[in-house]
Amino acid sequence: MLELAIPTLSQGLLWSILAIGVYITFRVLDIADLTVEGSFPLGAATAAKLLTEGYDPITSVFVACLAGMAAGIVTGILTTKLKIPALLAGILTMIALYSVNLRIMGKANLSLLRMDTIFTLAGFISDDPQNVALFVGIVSTAVLALLCYWFFGTEIGSAIRATGANPRMIRANGINTDNTIILGLLISNGLVSISGALIGQANGFADVGMGVGTIVIGLASVIIGEVLFGTRTFWRCLLSVVLGSIVYRVVIAIVLALGMPPNDLKLFTAILVALALSMPLIQAKFKAMRKAGE
Amino acid sequence: MLDISHISKTFNPGMITEKVALIDVSLHLAPGEFVTVIGGNGAGKSTLMNSIAGTFPVDKGTISIDDEDITDWPEHRRAKYIGRVFQDPMMGTAANMMIEENLEIASRRNRRPNLSWSSKKEDKEKFQSMLASLHLGLEDRLESKVGLLSGGQRQALTLLMATLADPKLLLLDEHTAALDPKTAAQVLKITTSIVAERHLTTLMITHNMRDALACGNRLIMMYGGKILIDVKDREKKKLTVKDLLLMFEKAAGSELGDDSLLLS
Repeated sequence: MLELAIPTLSQGLLWSILAIGVYITFRVLDIADLTVEGSFPLGAATAAKLLTEGYDPITSVFVACLAGMAAGIVTGILTTKLKIPALLAGILTMIALYSVNLRIMGKANLSLLRMDTIFTLAGFISDDPQNVALFVGIVSTAVLALLCYWFFGTEIGSAIRATGANPRMIRANGINTDNTIILGLLISNGLVSISGALIGQANGFADVGMGVGTIVIGLASVIIGEVLFGTRTFWRCLLSVVLGSIVYRVVIAIVLALGMPPNDLKLFTAILVALALSMPLIQAKFKAMRKAGE
Repeated sequence: MLDISHISKTFNPGMITEKVALIDVSLHLAPGEFVTVIGGNGAGKSTLMNSIAGTFPVDKGTISIDDEDITDWPEHRRAKYIGRVFQDPMMGTAANMMIEENLEIASRRNRRPNLSWSSKKEDKEKFQSMLASLHLGLEDRLESKVGLLSGGQRQALTLLMATLADPKLLLLDEHTAALDPKTAAQVLKITTSIVAERHLTTLMITHNMRDALACGNRLIMMYGGKILIDVKDREKKKLTVKDLLLMFEKAAGSELGDDSLLLS
């Protein structure tokens, strides 16, 4: 069990970048954005393709981020300028990206075996690949979380936060909410793509199907983090999401070790998120019942 | 200052829910004028206010502020000139953000936001003294989330936000209607003192005739999408609630008479 600690931790960190992306749409903008399911494999596919073409790992991750941002802009334009409901706009981009990802890779699966990735680049840290993965996870998560903290503390960032909280209020204060929504989706999907690019390299392949269920994984991390670690300030929220992602990986590792078939993983995650999302209602019902009992 | 010329607005035209809200309304506001607007439900008060603010486009007519035609401007662009307080205390502030963050957003209403840090040291003292002038004990709570405030506190804060960036025009849409009588009186007092102090051109909808008479230097009454009564200065000062009701009956009565002529 203990020998799984470091890989679980680094998986949690790499996935936490996706969770931060989901947090930005789901909590900050108050939109459930399904683009994630397409922009995650988009990041992995873009990075993998560039790596096989001989580009260096940093460039690959950077371009993957740009690709994710472009996907975010598409969803943003669909939902603001063309007034398509956000949920549907995300689904449309996600489906479109399936074809785009196949085109990028030229096939459904691209192996990165024996190729130089960001993890070989960071190989100077330690001879043990587990430690290298942990190092990459810590550095990338810390840099991106700090960047998010800075950005959402700026004037533009605070306009995006206010857009999710009260669009009428922020419009009355001179902000074009179309622009803030598009910008928020851009940042979110950029992060998700980076996460996809890193996880693709960690796993040694990019696969067109690897995005299935990522939105639920992101939501699970966000909710677990909020419940366990609180939401008092924006910094606290970011930290909670990262820790939530790690806890989620730990929970998965434990249930797998206890003998749950890996095929049931998505079912388990979906039930977990459904329970967590219905918690407020269940709590209220429970309280009402207790009151009635007295 | 504000020039509204022959604007009309019909909601859901051609549908069973069609509602004619404004019929050829014209209104001119001189700088520094404080106008109270009264009228029953469906009189067109809120439609007039929202037309000015740009919540929706008007069907006909033009709206300009200081000779600048803003008829085709989207809502957020008009916000450069217009400060607003809504009826719903939840509407004008972001609940999950701090008082300071809300004030910062309002303080840059007339310019584009940039990538500088939103919370500015030099603003803190200014905000504190402004909050202190409200006498609601908010000056030491800059870092409290707005969602923790009472309705009256939130409305007073919204008022502060609406007037922070020196608007050319202040729109108050029944901003005391959702408050209890004591808090409503308090918020109204803050309103009149801010408007007087800053000489703000103001349009205030109210459902309370007494408030409409006590505040401002001009009063208009709307009915059926038109402005029926428009009284100013000395004439307004003499007015009582009874006069107002009589004037309304007379004006609305003749209106009804016209209709019956058409029908017969």
